[in-house]
Amino acid sequence: MGTRRSAQIMDAEEIERAITRIAHEIIEKNRGCENLLIVGIRTRGAHLAQRLVDRIEAIEGRKVPLGILDITLYRDDLSSVATQPIVRRTELPGSVVERTVVLVDDVLYTGRTVRAAMDEIIDFGRPRAIQLAALIDRGHRELPIRPDFVGKNVPTSHREQVLVLMQEQDGEDKVAVEEVLT
Amino acid sequence: MRLESRHLLGLEDLGPDEISLILDTAESFREVSEREIRKVPVLRGKTIVNYFAEPSTRTRVSFELAEKRLSADTVSITTAGSSAVKGETLRDAARNLEAMHIDMIVIRHRASGAPHFLAKHLDVAVINAGDGCHEHPTQGLLDLLSMRDHFGRLEGLGVVIVGDIAHSRVARSLIWGLTKMNAEVSVCGPAPLIPLGIEEMGVRVWDRLEDGIGEVDVVYVLRLQFERQQGVLVPSGREYRRLFGVDRERLDRAKKDVVIMHPGPINRGLELSPDVADGPHSIILNQVTNGVAVRMAVIYLASGGDGSRESGSEERQSAGSGQRPG
Repeated sequence: MGTRRSAQIMDAEEIERAITRIAHEIIEKNRGCENLLIVGIRTRGAHLAQRLVDRIEAIEGRKVPLGILDITLYRDDLSSVATQPIVRRTELPGSVVERTVVLVDDVLYTGRTVRAAMDEIIDFGRPRAIQLAALIDRGHRELPIRPDFVGKNVPTSHREQVLVLMQEQDGEDKVAVEEVLT
Repeated sequence: MRLESRHLLGLEDLGPDEISLILDTAESFREVSEREIRKVPVLRGKTIVNYFAEPSTRTRVSFELAEKRLSADTVSITTAGSSAVKGETLRDAARNLEAMHIDMIVIRHRASGAPHFLAKHLDVAVINAGDGCHEHPTQGLLDLLSMRDHFGRLEGLGVVIVGDIAHSRVARSLIWGLTKMNAEVSVCGPAPLIPLGIEEMGVRVWDRLEDGIGEVDVVYVLRLQFERQQGVLVPSGREYRRLFGVDRERLDRAKKDVVIMHPGPINRGLELSPDVADGPHSIILNQVTNGVAVRMAVIYLASGGDGSRESGSEERQSAGSGQRPG
């Protein structure tokens, strides 16, 4: 690997504020949290989803059900990767039928992960609606997908990488953009 | 983490890490069978041939369901309907299948080593669904998964395998799998059906069930296979039941939380009494459920391309660690 240029774009406090704002926006858009199901995409999306559930509970006093999605089996690039990625469990509490599902991911980029996640959700039944929340939207969509809730828009180039670190997994909360300068 | 080989020929060839990977993956796949739509699109466009040159219902159905739940296209051939009855050799049959661009062959054959032969001569992934008296690896894996589910571990688990060890590919795969996972394995059966030197596989031999039934966590009862025994190796059915049959009375000498397993189909009232087969200690139906999940895991992992042909690249590492395209 060559040298890297790294720039922090969000610290722990900014991430917390973004999550709080998204929680308020979810409640506002859905006029409360009736019939909501928050579903995080493994792995960091799941941590974000958990935090959103906690935040919504703090605001509304009600616990919204939480699901975790592993989209490995729905990827569109499996034939081009050399070995099969590890499959982890998908866990959805109860039915998705007639619920409003809020998908949560850390970084929205090409939109292919979200496509896979929507396909998987629909295999569990017909939700009333699917909404999308992402901590970072870095652009460069390859599919007609747009988020409903965004923590921060970060214009990037393809050569750059967006790193989201989360306390639960990485020991700290931080978002950085890295560029490999070979 | 990945499998060393694209084929699954036997548990003898697998390391403990690979066995754990398959079991962990099977646990994730179990959830798919409980969904409203019991299907994931992961193997869309892949073609799998089930070549069953020996009678089988359970294993064949289990493989077919696993393949369909992964969205693969499948064809099943049984010898009665195939060119084998016209004298076609296994190699010719397989070459012809290969020429039709298939991705995987699941093979059951009465000749030990038939899957290895195919793996050597064809450019497709080969899964052994039971070869002669050699191995039945997916059965061994589903047995390991059922034990791990129940006890939460395999290490240190006491298991006795009862019956015709010599002719049992189920026993052989199970012994390889359990010893690799550091379980403590014993075998018990009529002396002519215990292979000489089996101790070298790391197992103990009991002459009578009473020797140690009070010590083990699992009693694994094999099917008495009249169809596979030539000559007079076994005394009469009644004699066998008296000496080695697992019934209520023998079970009373076992640990309170002992578990009874059987690969099926059961000769009820012979190797296993009906009240024990259907009783609270039996996890025989869990084995069947786990069979589909284990086969999904094996097919999924084996369809990941030829591991031996690629060098360890960064990209594969990231694919393996679950990096997504955004």
